[in-house]
Amino acid sequence: MSEPRPDELIRKMEHKSPQKGWMDTPVNIRKGMYCYASNPKSVEYLGLPNARAWNPLDVDWKLPPDWKEIIHKGFRERLDKFRSFKIFMDVCVRCGACADKCHFFIGTGDPKNMPVLRAELLRSIYRNDFTVAGKIFGKLAGAREMTIDVLKEWWYYLFQCTECRRCSVFCPYGIDTAEITIMGRELLNLLGLNIDWIATPVANCYRTGNHLGIQPHAYKDMIDFFIEDIEEVTGVKVDPSFNQKGADILFITPSGDVFADPGTYTAMGYLILFHYLKEMGLNVTWSTYASEGGNFGFFTSHETMKRLNKKMYAEAKRLGVKWILGGECGHMWRVVNQYMDTMNGPADFLEVPVSPITGTRFENAKSTKMVHIAEFMADLIKHKKLNLDPSRNDHLKVTYHDSCNPARGMGMLEEPRYVMKNVCNNFYEMPPNTIREQTFCCGSGSGLNAGENMEQRMAGGFPRANAVKHVHEKYGVNMLSCVCAVDRAALPPLMDYWVPEVGVCGLTELVANALVVPGEAERTTDLRGEELQVKEEEDKNV
Amino acid sequence: MNINYLASLIAVIVLFLLAYVGVEAAGLRYFFGVLLPYLAVIIFIVGFVKKIVGWAKTPVPFPIPTTCGQQETLSWIKPAKIDNPTTGFGVFVRMLLEILFFRSLFRNTKMELREGDKLSYEWEKWLWLFALAFHYSFLTVLLRHLRFFLEPVPGCVKFLESMDGFLQIGLPGIMISGILLLAALLFLLLRRIFIPQIRYISLASDYFPLFLIMGIAITGILMRYFIRVDIAGIKELTIGLVTFHPIIPDGIGGLFYVHLFFVSVFIAYFPFSKLMHAGGIFMSPTRNLTTNTRATRHINPWNYDVKVHTYEEYEDEFREKMIGAGLPVEKES
Repeated sequence: MSEPRPDELIRKMEHKSPQKGWMDTPVNIRKGMYCYASNPKSVEYLGLPNARAWNPLDVDWKLPPDWKEIIHKGFRERLDKFRSFKIFMDVCVRCGACADKCHFFIGTGDPKNMPVLRAELLRSIYRNDFTVAGKIFGKLAGAREMTIDVLKEWWYYLFQCTECRRCSVFCPYGIDTAEITIMGRELLNLLGLNIDWIATPVANCYRTGNHLGIQPHAYKDMIDFFIEDIEEVTGVKVDPSFNQKGADILFITPSGDVFADPGTYTAMGYLILFHYLKEMGLNVTWSTYASEGGNFGFFTSHETMKRLNKKMYAEAKRLGVKWILGGECGHMWRVVNQYMDTMNGPADFLEVPVSPITGTRFENAKSTKMVHIAEFMADLIKHKKLNLDPSRNDHLKVTYHDSCNPARGMGMLEEPRYVMKNVCNNFYEMPPNTIREQTFCCGSGSGLNAGENMEQRMAGGFPRANAVKHVHEKYGVNMLSCVCAVDRAALPPLMDYWVPEVGVCGLTELVANALVVPGEAERTTDLRGEELQVKEEEDKNV
Repeated sequence: MNINYLASLIAVIVLFLLAYVGVEAAGLRYFFGVLLPYLAVIIFIVGFVKKIVGWAKTPVPFPIPTTCGQQETLSWIKPAKIDNPTTGFGVFVRMLLEILFFRSLFRNTKMELREGDKLSYEWEKWLWLFALAFHYSFLTVLLRHLRFFLEPVPGCVKFLESMDGFLQIGLPGIMISGILLLAALLFLLLRRIFIPQIRYISLASDYFPLFLIMGIAITGILMRYFIRVDIAGIKELTIGLVTFHPIIPDGIGGLFYVHLFFVSVFIAYFPFSKLMHAGGIFMSPTRNLTTNTRATRHINPWNYDVKVHTYEEYEDEFREKMIGAGLPVEKES
């Protein structure tokens, strides 16, 4: 890896503003700070515009000749379709309250990563093209003309925002940079300017049902591996069903957890939990068609998001289930909680979710008909339906990272904490300004979880890692739990970089460690094969 | 020197000279005293209404409230009824707190890198405090000015004045609102000039309203405490304006016309500037929507069908492999 060392990265975080104004400072697209351009095959598969090979470092981005007009028209169209966009273009007073709330600004010190300036990159064009003041006063009113340099600046900085919404918590007018980034990326996509870490997962998801392009038979194979692993650890053979018509509940989770460690342990956790509940009347099925909870379409355009999301309801309808249970994922839950019903509802072919174990009716999900696994598990634990032995997590000192979207696009703060406190004995919170609605992004959200932009990711994840470091040093925390598959992919390298010795896990993994499954053999290791802490009385015997 | 604040300062000085010279040398009293104020009010009303209607007519396709507290889910978990409001009443209180007390700004923190590599966040209250001071003192000053537009002066305006002047220092009594307004403006200006980050993001259109309102405040304070003006004459003029019988009494000095001109520029500039945050704050979709987004379906008026990859197409592509893996299929090849 060629990325700078942690101390070098910290030295770069000067937070000094250049002498020259930002409009006069051209963008410098720097290696390590951007993701590779979209693969034309992926763009083409989705039928999105201007599929061609291009390189962000090249002078010529191979744009259509009328690109300025496309942007102008696209801008106009979005102003007319989204009140959020229109108001956010108009009302910012540049008070600066958002500036040091952004993990990318904190971690890079680049002034254009202040949320206010990221938005100004678009606002300056808005003023020039659509406002009276901008037309009369030009630069004095903060207006500037669209040029190829401005476009490149958009691209560079709109893909240095993870749409985490932390700034929107602090903005006195609720201006949400995620909304601005979403619109900006939509505009860029009109010219075929996506990054490949988004475009290819989207194309995969469209075709195979999941971002990783796992085909149905392979998906089943992977789960079969988990079944073997589970048997090894617990002595219990779980027996999940796939694409099964007549199941009560369809379970949808991000494919990342099926694919790679440490998410796989969370996937194993689901399997163990469902097996445990089967006896009690849970009839759940996995789908290979709707085998993706996440939605990278959300990072492309509203339309692409809708195209990918549609299969959740379609599959629920085809299989004839009663409701949908969703796994641990961040942006998936922003989409499910705030977009799905509007885009692809009404889901009148489904029933209001009722837990078959506790009888709890999830009134909060009565229209969308989709329940979060943490809500589901919290309800189970509250009704004492799970036989838990939290001491099996005693080898872990756990803290909890609120994933951005479940925190600020949903408000799921207590459910995971309640579950956590019931399945492990050593739980420590990070400092208050870094959790709950003020949580810091992993630095790799919204499709930026690639390998070529490591410096960007490590810088963006610095505030999160710094808070983990605090509890690591203070309490000896050695496990960072979360409810997001992107987190589980992004946080391990972040921890290796800033706070070595801290692992990353999902919530359900911890539950499955603690869950005493009938007929299981005595567990000597956790799901990862790590030795459990020997209990004291046994200690004496030895 | 920064071109942005320099240009704004110069603009306000030019405006001052325009009005002062226009009245004192060219005698354009009717122009500055009657025509421009009317024109400004018309521009303000038309511009403001147009902007608000423009926003209001634009759909809110998706419910995107920022949730700043616990959601309402299981009955035994206490929801944050204001920060994550599921009811209209919750939203009302959330908006009230935003609008009257700048609640989100109240959360403001200041980040610092300490001991080389430790991030810390400290509560930063000054911006919130001075923003509140600015808006409320400006409002008080505005309400006090009703005395120039209403005859007889209503009791509530007199009461407000007596509260405002309770310090009773000197004659005429000092109005706290005026002093506070100027102090808050100065704070807001100095932070823009001296905090490098804020200076970097500031545009000329951020300095201009500050200088302009300062101009209004300073000319007002000058007239009240330092330079004698014909109050009775001014009231004749202002009453004439609001009753649509405009007259220009003799003996009102140029300073008053400057004050009035600044106000006219301010209200005419309002709808075309960031000052529209005054209207926008009411309509921000991240704040004014309920968060019961899974319980109630939000309607997108322009929702349209999209091309999707159907299950049938999926099975057609992978049928053999699915059968091979023992996965159920709709059609056996």
